[in-house]
Formats: sequence, C-alpha cells, structure tokens
Amino acid sequence: MKRIALLGMPNTGKSTLFNRMTGGAARVGNWPGITVELLSGKILLGNDMVEIIDLPGIYDLHGFSDDEQVVRHFLHDNVPDLALVILNATQIERQMSLLLQLKKLNLNVVVLLNMADEAKKYGISIDCKKMAEMLDMPIFLLSSKYGSGYAEALQAIVKAMRYPTPGMAEELRSQLEQDEYIEAEMARVLQHAVQIPVQMPEHLSDRLDRIMLHPWLGLPIFFGIMYLLFQGIFLLGQPLQEWVAAALDWLRGAALEPAVGWLPSILQGLLLDGVYNGVATVAAFVPLIILFFLFMAMVEDSGYLSRAAFLMDALMAKMGLDGRGFVMLLMGFGCNVPALMGTRVMRSRSLRLLTMLVIPFSLCSARLQVFVFITAALFSPAAAPLVLFSLYLFSFATAILTALLFKGKYRNNEPFVLELPPYRFPTLRQMLLRGWQEVSHFLRRATKFIIAGVVLVWLLTNLPPDATPGGTDTIAGMIGSWLHPLFAPIGINEQLTIALIFGFVAKEIVIGSLAVIYGQIGDALGGALAQQLDWVQAYSFMLFTLIYTPCLSAIATLRSEAKSTGFAAFAIVWSLALAWLVSFLFYQAARALGY
Amino acid sequence: MSTPLTHLHPGDSATIIAIHAEEGLHLRLQALGLRNGKRVELIRQAGFSGPLQVRIGTTDVMLRRTEAAKIEVCKA
Repeated sequence: MKRIALLGMPNTGKSTLFNRMTGGAARVGNWPGITVELLSGKILLGNDMVEIIDLPGIYDLHGFSDDEQVVRHFLHDNVPDLALVILNATQIERQMSLLLQLKKLNLNVVVLLNMADEAKKYGISIDCKKMAEMLDMPIFLLSSKYGSGYAEALQAIVKAMRYPTPGMAEELRSQLEQDEYIEAEMARVLQHAVQIPVQMPEHLSDRLDRIMLHPWLGLPIFFGIMYLLFQGIFLLGQPLQEWVAAALDWLRGAALEPAVGWLPSILQGLLLDGVYNGVATVAAFVPLIILFFLFMAMVEDSGYLSRAAFLMDALMAKMGLDGRGFVMLLMGFGCNVPALMGTRVMRSRSLRLLTMLVIPFSLCSARLQVFVFITAALFSPAAAPLVLFSLYLFSFATAILTALLFKGKYRNNEPFVLELPPYRFPTLRQMLLRGWQEVSHFLRRATKFIIAGVVLVWLLTNLPPDATPGGTDTIAGMIGSWLHPLFAPIGINEQLTIALIFGFVAKEIVIGSLAVIYGQIGDALGGALAQQLDWVQAYSFMLFTLIYTPCLSAIATLRSEAKSTGFAAFAIVWSLALAWLVSFLFYQAARALGY
Repeated sequence: MSTPLTHLHPGDSATIIAIHAEEGLHLRLQALGLRNGKRVELIRQAGFSGPLQVRIGTTDVMLRRTEAAKIEVCKA
C-alpha cells in the first residue's frame, strides 16, 4: 500500500488535516506538540487505498528531542511515497526552512500552506504559482480547519501519487546542515513570492494578551478562569449525572427486574446488583465527562495553554520544572496518559522524569467522577463545589511538594523556548469530534475493565454463598479487616478499602464498586454513603483516592515512557506513602479539633 | 551598540547580531526564526523574573532570561 506522511512544524494543523482526510479522530489543540504519537488512517484516493500517517510536528530534521527523533527514524525506515508538507502560511518566512530541508531529501513532496484564513487576516499575500515555480514543487493554499482549498489540494495529491519517490539521500545529516544555503534560498523565494506587511496590524490576540498576560493580573485571572470552569462543570454536570442515574434506576425496576425474574437468585444478584448497578453508576457520568471535555477542548484549542506556560514558568522553575510541565499538569486534568506522553517534547531526561513524577497527582476526569459523586452525597449544595475545588488545590499542592522534594535528584538546565500561538476558536465540528472521542474512549474502558472489575467486586462481597452480602464474613470483608490496621487511622472502613483496591485498576471502578457493595444506585447510594460516613471520613477517602495512584494505564504509560520499571515502581511507592500521610494528617487533625 | 536581548524594554526593537548557544538550542532558536540579522521586538516580560515574549516577523516566542542572555542584539 502506498503511504503518505504528513510533515511540518508543531501546531501547523497537521492533525486537523489528518482528521479531515481520514474522518479520523486525532486529538487536536492549539498547543505546539499535541501530537506525540504516530497516527495512521487508510483512505481511498483515486483508485487506490493509501495509508496516511500523521507525524509529530518538528522544528528541524536534525533536532534532538524524542519526537524529532521519532520522525527522523520513521522517514529513515519507511520512505513515504509522498510527503505532504504542511506549513503555517502566517509564519511562512520561518517555516520555509523545514521545507527546504525536506526538499534536499529528494522526497516526492506536495506543499500545503495551511491557515490561509489567518494569513488573509494578517494581510499576508502569497503567490503560490510563483513559489511553486521557484521551488519546483506543487504548492497550495488551504484552510484545513474550514476546508477551503481542500478539494484542489486533494487532486494534486492524487496526481503526485502516480510518480514514485526519487529515494532518499543517504548522507542525510550532512546535507541538512547546510544552513547557509537554506538561508539564501529562503530569502530568494520570500522576496519574490510573499508579501508581508512591514508593521503587523494589532490583532485581537495582542489586545487580549495585554490583559491575560498582565504582569500582576495575569495569574489571578488564570486562577479565576480555572475556578469558573470547574464550578461550571460541577453546576451543569452534577444534575445531569443525577438525572441519568435516576433514569437508569427506573429502567432497572421497570424492565430488567421482571426480565430476569426467572433466573436463580444468585445469578439475578450478579447481573442486577453486580453488572448493572456497577456499570449504570459509571455510565451516569458520561454526560458530565462529555461536558468536561468540551470545556477542555475549548481551553486547549484557544491557545490559552501557552499563556499559562508563560505565566507559570517562573514559579515552575523554582520547582525544577518549566512552563510546559504546568501545561502537562493541566492536560492531566483530562487524562494523565496523554499528559505523560506529552512530555516527549522535553529533551532533558531529568526534566522529563521529574515532570512525569508529578503528572499522576493531576486530578483526572475519572477521579473527578468519584469526587462529584461523594461531594454531592455528603456536602450541602452550597459547599459541594467548594469542596471539589479544594481537591484541585490539593492536587496542585501534592504536585508542588513532590517536585520540591525531588528536584535535587532530577537536576536539569533544559532551555525553555516555546512558541506563543495566536488565540483561536475551535469549530463546532472539532468540539463534537472531541466529545465523541471521549465517549468512545469511555466505552472501550467500560468493556475492558469496568465490567470485569464490578463483577469481581460483586463476587468478593457475596462469597462464600452463606455469608451476608457486604458483611464481614465475605471474602471482601476478610480482606478489609485484614487491612483494617492500615486504613483505620485514616478513617477508611472495610467497604471503602475494597473500592480502593479496585480503584487501582481504574478510578471509574471506585464508584462502580461502591454501587455493588452497597447494592444501590443513584440517590439511594448517595443516601447509604451519607448514613455510614461523616464528612471527615469522606474527605479523607477522597484525599487518598486523589493521591494514592493513577490508574493502571497511567502506570503502564509511565513505565514505557520512562523505559524504566524501577522509576514506575518508585512513582507508585511514593504516591501511596504520600496519600496515606496526607489522609492521616487530615483525619487525625480534624478529629483532634473535634469534628 | 550591542547588548544582550535581556536589556531591551518592552516595545523596543533590535537586530540580532549573534547567538551564543550550544548546538541544540541554536537549532531550535533558528527554527523559530531567531537568526542573525533578523529584527526582534520585545513584547513583554512575565512577572517574578519569568520568561520574555519576543516577536520575530509573525511569530511570537517565549524564552527564559537565561536563554535570552545568549542572544546579542543591536538596538539601532
């Protein structure tokens, strides 16, 4: 099968184009370095199936960061039949260097000048025909976000695929280093084919940044925005979750119970109290998760993450991290796994490891579900959002503490140089795509381990057969009482201990297994929890859940990204110890104060 | 008169005359458009001695003061 590789600098819209071509679901965002993996998709082009590969963005072919090496090795091992080079038309004067580097490799190239819509706004005019003549390559202007110019470009791609790639030059590196040639060539083409206004007109981005990046207002504004976002998610999402839970509870009584009534009671219990209660409780959070990721998509696509890096870099430097590390923590609020992979843009191994050590403390959307549920059950409607926000503060605090403690061990002097893209608005299509991605991600997790997890929890809390369900004579009860000396000082009872053990695999299982353990869903489960726990125990439980470990996928990612089992083990041991200590201090202090 | 980039004030423009950086950083700076002879404008400095925001043509770049100190500019 013929192969097309998408190449270009970071944040030029390669993934947006990839999604448009393949109908695929590459994650896009206005942040240089959001793609760190190779993604591929197959489409029918002309009469043939071709494979399209979305490569991470690179600044130059002989870079030294992990993602640049990924691209270089890929090109070396799999010479593509066509390299689709995507340049940001508004930054053509500097991005052309990469194009000229690639030209020297003798690849079969089609050039797409993306973000034609923005270039027009900036008053930049590009004579594609002239530029194509001078460079002897087909060049097209397009906007992969809005689709203009796309049909024309696609035709050129089909045409170019008919000619084989001339083959790649062997002395790749030595050729690439001819900077002087590249510079002269750049100047020649730019002078004839591109017109850029001498004085850039003031843009919306400049005006916004005057407030958003204000020397002393910038940070308070940033935290204000974050606070409002999380309040919004809670206030809009929590009622949604309750409605869905109530609907699923009604469905159980109205349809499922009669339908399985003829089965033996142990099987009924397994299906209804085990599988259905567990999965329904987790499924009730789908609308909240969609909402959460729509907000995240807006923040990521807007370009505000780069501003956050700018504002926070000075503080992060004191912890041995940099502004990018802060952005990874923010991305970790969605899911820790892509945030861990996002550290590939860092070149210093020490900095990467230290950043990966703090990311798991980032309160991800799976943990958010546990906290939304418990805060709504145990705290008054006025207090609940504040309690939730306090957990985000704890999430930052543990990350900061960890970085401060271990920065000596992971000392680095990695330079911090980062592009600041203009503000952009995501299209509705991009936001819907992102929402769908998260639903399908959730469904995959659900089928993979949530069902298995809740079934196992049900078995543990109902076996041996003569035991009282959920009682101390079940297997779960025995494990719980065996671990009791460890968990009693932090106020966590036997049932919650079982939930925590399974939460190690995925945090969604925590609420799923609570539903199984208490044999309730929706409001009734909240009521059962409120009856058994006071707020001090509940908060201690939430602190432990927040800190003790990311999920199994995050640990696996940590291990494979660090290429070190020892490092992954160290990360787990440290977070378990910290979780116990924080919960212990909180619980004992609250009790000592008489709560 | 040549000074390090860090000595500019917000709103100042200058021409880059030399970049004293190791190879990796040098390449990254070049790829972002920071090359000898290019005009660079200092847009703003972050609080707490944080990074600088500079503009080269249509590209905005942030970099720490330690890196900016390695870039020599001429104010004329």
